[in-house]
Amino acid sequence: MPTEIGREELRRMVDAGAQLVEVLPAEEYAEDHLPGAISLPLSHVDSEASKVLDNARPVIVYCWDVA
Amino acid sequence: MSPRAAWRLQSLGFSQVFEYKAGKLDWLAAGLPTEGANANRPRAGTVARRDVPTGGLDERLGAVRDRARSQGWEAAVVVNAEGVVFGLLRANELAGDGDSLIADTMRPAPSTFRPYVLAEEMADFMVHHNLESSPITTSDGKLVGLLLQKDVVASGRKGA
Repeated sequence: MPTEIGREELRRMVDAGAQLVEVLPAEEYAEDHLPGAISLPLSHVDSEASKVLDNARPVIVYCWDVA
Repeated sequence: MSPRAAWRLQSLGFSQVFEYKAGKLDWLAAGLPTEGANANRPRAGTVARRDVPTGGLDERLGAVRDRARSQGWEAAVVVNAEGVVFGLLRANELAGDGDSLIADTMRPAPSTFRPYVLAEEMADFMVHHNLESSPITTSDGKLVGLLLQKDVVASGRKGA
């Protein structure tokens, strides 16, 4: 089960090497994204995740809010 | 969207998957830096004046007015001990009876805006609605600063 984290935990984990992933459409990523995040839209997760993410490191995903 | 992505990554074999559920909205609302096309455009939170005087519900108007004017202000924001915005005192309210309670004098429940709103959008809105000032708050209602129409219009001119 994925673990929910807050803003401060996110910052701590990213500083420690976690991968930060925005899953919104690429157009929204282009406008604004969290520092250091990569774009992996939800519709591309199946085909791209193994190519762009390191399985050995934590992965943090986010979108706009809880929706 | 992110819950589905998190679960899908787990099913694809990623064993350390975390979800920042509050998401980009929470990050932007906190006024934290971003990257991307909008990163360097002025926003409500960066243009808002954070040194705006504040007052409490149970204070007397005269005390808040004196404090505001001593700092060169003709406005103050009414907040509680946690900084949550309850009301606004513009020049008209500040000119009232100094013995009256802020709770009875303030403009209650003013419209508030989030820090991440682009300044040019705020300028259009404030001019169109003839708003001289608007409190900028976090998503949990805490005061970030007071955005003045003249400031936000000027910020748009600088960015043009």
